[in-house]
Amino acid sequence: MLLRVFIAITATLISTSAFAEDTAPDAVSFGEDGEVMASLTGVVGDPVAGRKLSINRKLGNCLACHVNDDASSELFHGEVGPELNGVGSRWDTAQLRGIVVSSRNTFEGTIMPSFYRAKNGVRTLKKFEGKTILSAQQVEDVVAYLLTLKEE
Amino acid sequence: MKKFTRTLTCVLALCTITTLAVANEDAELIINEELNISTKSAAPAGSALDELVSGWRFRIKETQALQMDDFDNPSFIFIEQGEELFAKVDGSEGKACASCHEDVASFKGLRTALPRHNASSGKLDTMETLVNNCRTERMGAEPWKWSKGKMTAMTSLISLQSRGMPMNVKVDGNVAGAYKMGEELYYTRVGQLEMSCANCHEDNYGNMIRADHLSQGQINGFPTYRLKNAKMNSIHGRFKGCMKNIRATPYKEGSEEFRALELYVASRGNGLSVESPSVRN
Ligand code: HEC
Ligand code: HEC
Repeated sequence: MLLRVFIAITATLISTSAFAEDTAPDAVSFGEDGEVMASLTGVVGDPVAGRKLSINRKLGNCLACHVNDDASSELFHGEVGPELNGVGSRWDTAQLRGIVVSSRNTFEGTIMPSFYRAKNGVRTLKKFEGKTILSAQQVEDVVAYLLTLKEE
Repeated sequence: MKKFTRTLTCVLALCTITTLAVANEDAELIINEELNISTKSAAPAGSALDELVSGWRFRIKETQALQMDDFDNPSFIFIEQGEELFAKVDGSEGKACASCHEDVASFKGLRTALPRHNASSGKLDTMETLVNNCRTERMGAEPWKWSKGKMTAMTSLISLQSRGMPMNVKVDGNVAGAYKMGEELYYTRVGQLEMSCANCHEDNYGNMIRADHLSQGQINGFPTYRLKNAKMNSIHGRFKGCMKNIRATPYKEGSEEFRALELYVASRGNGLSVESPSVRN
């Protein structure tokens, strides 16, 4: 079953990424457990940029909810979600991409925002309407960074 | 465990930063060494919360201390302004509040019962609408803006008269519809971050969200003096701020929606002592 989904997803992605364009938020396909197999951009993510995004309060702001020892020089790590320490060992690329794109597909009812979903909640402030929190490449960068957070 | 790691992180990295000092959740609030305030109480029947806890408990020791003595509580500058306004004649009828309400102490208990149904308008009355109703109908004066200094000075003064009394708003009968509306708003995920009040204040109170220690979002302490903006803050002003933080378009202060939300949130705190005027960060 998983394999069939996988093939289907790869097939759609091959056809869209042929134009080297970002996958639009509403065109992302998710596997059964919320994973997203193919890169949103076709460009390899940059973990250094991803680390910065995860700290930036206006962008990822992952530290709002997650402790991350790799960013221990930053003040104030939240404790709403699990620690990010070691996530790169617990989850694979597709799963992490799925969690950052729209974690609700992996964790039902989660408080964690969907960072790459065009349809946001009702009453979104005008200046954010129809916009994703992170761009496609920023998602790839964050995923590349998360993959570096290995279990000791 | 989370808490332990958290504490450890603070101790190791940040002991000089006072704003991250660990919250003093076990402290008891006694004001002026005589007035016992219950900052915890049993959850009412059917409550989504196991126990009611005032926002005061989630603040750091230094912030808590500001509320333990009226000489240290910056709100009292605004209470004095409220007293002056109470005595001041304004409007075409040549009256002050004090012309009809001799002693502001006669408002003891009012805060515990608001918002409540208004039979003639069919809407919810909040303390702001009651004040403005007197101003426009009885004094012939201009209404005050919902969250501006004169209004919050007055609502602080009137709320103070109920300090120490348990919150006790009615939720059935005439207000059942508004209650339902408020409840729905409380659980609706809004804004670009798609969060509801419940995501933070029901599911995560006690947890840190970045530098903020999440409370139950109770309103028993309002109006509240915030260190952040050095003034008294209204209930609707706080709702507005929380909605903006999740990148949602807030409802208007005084709107039907925010009155309904106020009723619902007040009811979630039924049993907690009125703490107004409180101090928060
Ligand atoms: C408002 C809170 C919040 C924010 C902001 C947030 N997360 Fe999460 N995250 C959670 C919660 C809560 C969970 C656990 C799933 C659940 O139970 O809902 C989670 C789970 C995860 C997981 C799985 C961890 C594990 O070990 O199971 C990863 C990876 C993750 N988040 C990454 C991120 C990244 C990267 C960002 C920023 C780009 C981020 N999160 C921002 C709340 C948040
Ligand atoms: C992203 C998280 C988040 C969401 C969602 C949120 N709030 Fe808050 N709220 C906070 C934080 C942080 C504070 C300040 C610390 C505290 O008291 O919790 C706060 C404070 C409050 C307070 C003041 C409590 C006190 O004792 O001074 C009230 C009341 C409140 N919120 C109500 C609401 C309502 C109603 C909603 C929904 C419209 C809401 N909040 C949504 C994070 C949130």
